[in-house]
Amino acid sequence: MQFLTSSIGRKILMAITGLCLVLFVMIHLVGNTTIYGWIPGGVNAYAHHLHAFPPIVWIFRAVMLAIVTVHIGYGIQLTIENRGGRPQQYAVKATQKATFASENMIWTGLLLLVFIVYHMLHFTAKVIPGMQLVTDAEGTVNVFAMIVSGFQNFFVSFIYVAAMVTLFLHLSHGIQSFFQTIGWNNDRTLPVIVKAGTLVALVLFLGYVAIPLTIFAGILKG
Amino acid sequence: MSDHKTMTLTLIVWRQKNANDPGKFETYSAKNITEHHSFLEMLDVVNEDLINDGKEPIVFDHDCREGICGMCSQVINGAPHGGQDRTTVCQLHMRKFKDGDTIYIEPWRARAFPIIKDLIVDRTALDKIIQAGGYTSCHTGGAPDANSILIPKPIAEEATDAAECIGCGACVAGCPNGAAMLFTSAKVSQLALLPQGKIEAAARVKNMTSTMIECGFGNCTNHYECQAACPKGVNVKFIARMNREFIKAQFA
Ligand code: HEM
Ligand code: SF4
Ligand code: FES
Repeated sequence: MQFLTSSIGRKILMAITGLCLVLFVMIHLVGNTTIYGWIPGGVNAYAHHLHAFPPIVWIFRAVMLAIVTVHIGYGIQLTIENRGGRPQQYAVKATQKATFASENMIWTGLLLLVFIVYHMLHFTAKVIPGMQLVTDAEGTVNVFAMIVSGFQNFFVSFIYVAAMVTLFLHLSHGIQSFFQTIGWNNDRTLPVIVKAGTLVALVLFLGYVAIPLTIFAGILKG
Repeated sequence: MSDHKTMTLTLIVWRQKNANDPGKFETYSAKNITEHHSFLEMLDVVNEDLINDGKEPIVFDHDCREGICGMCSQVINGAPHGGQDRTTVCQLHMRKFKDGDTIYIEPWRARAFPIIKDLIVDRTALDKIIQAGGYTSCHTGGAPDANSILIPKPIAEEATDAAECIGCGACVAGCPNGAAMLFTSAKVSQLALLPQGKIEAAARVKNMTSTMIECGFGNCTNHYECQAACPKGVNVKFIARMNREFIKAQFA
């Protein structure tokens, strides 16, 4: 199909999968804030409800895997093609509009991939060496205790904060890039979308880092 | 020489015999340059000195020297066309520089633009993109009455803004991916906006964008360096429009 080999078609698939990931990241953050206890039973109850029906969990995981695969696959392919677009670099280059974030999308993206693997080994598979797991009589893991004891460790908190800096960089370019790629943009909307995209990336960053930081600082305790 | 104050500049210029030659930088001194010289006239002065010394002059592209043909193509201190807003190299004047400045001059660098000699690159690839659909093939008959097809003024203006593209290739030269999206989107938008162009809009956007990739141009990553490089102020909103046209074309 021409769409899947074309330059714009593949970009559009990256943009749509990227947007799916952004929506996931937003919903995930709202869910994570249950650690502050604003629903009865807090994050333990949230985690319990989320995994109440295993088929749904596995369908969701399969869909996310497909989305991430498409996003990364085309990301790598397009980046390799683009590196070939200018085989010989300029001796002097005056960059006028490109940013650190826009020039390093592949690296921030690949770092996010490494983080996603670590994150799933940590809180999904729960197999990071040194983890302290508290289980009740029925064998259910106390998720709240797991997160708190995890983030009390400096290195664990550091990894999460560093990953969120990476996510901020990826999204500060990625969100506005989505609108341009999908064509929902013009000269009046572009400056607004660039600012709003960076703002959304910043809100996500602050929301996420608040959890390890409040735990590490001892504000949120077990 | 008149009573003009003159400047002396150091030029570091890319010299390359042909596409297979690896090429290298050579340093030259540009003497007796006044602020009224255009950048190309400055090079003419340098070339006269080179010829008098029995050396090969610096080969560069140019034609109209009034900012409309799109032939002059030099990356000056890292900026295509020298980085002055909406200015081609031929319209860039030496008053932008100071006595004693060092200036790097390089050709457009992109896989799709092989170097012919020194600062001249082969931009046939842009013609290929136009041949893939940058035209309309409807019969217009004899010269029609001016307003026989009414076009709203904002649409006419938008189309004319896109039509400002002179095909110089600075957008490609400025793009870190060597992409030709701004150039292609200008023509796709110009024609898609007008009644005569709408008829073939779907086939046009598909063919022109696939030719773009066949010619070896990269893909867009929305850095917007192209717009900064464009001497005609062609806006990246046309890339967004081309992306919309591309999506529409999938359902046509
Ligand atoms: C898992 C590893 C990831 C890799 C390897 C990766 C790689 C990339 C690459 C190479 C681009 C294209 C950059 C460009 O066109 O300038 C991109 C764009 C994007 N990414 Fe990612 N990314 C990853 C994860 C994510 C995540 C977790 C999110 C969201 C939370 C995300 C959201 C986006 C968005 C919105 C775009 C913009 C799409 C567009 O250009 O229109 N990515 N990514
Ligand atoms: S869009 Fe601008 S920079 Fe690109 S070819 Fe046309 S005039 Fe030159
Ligand atoms: S020589 Fe024609 S645009 Fe510069």
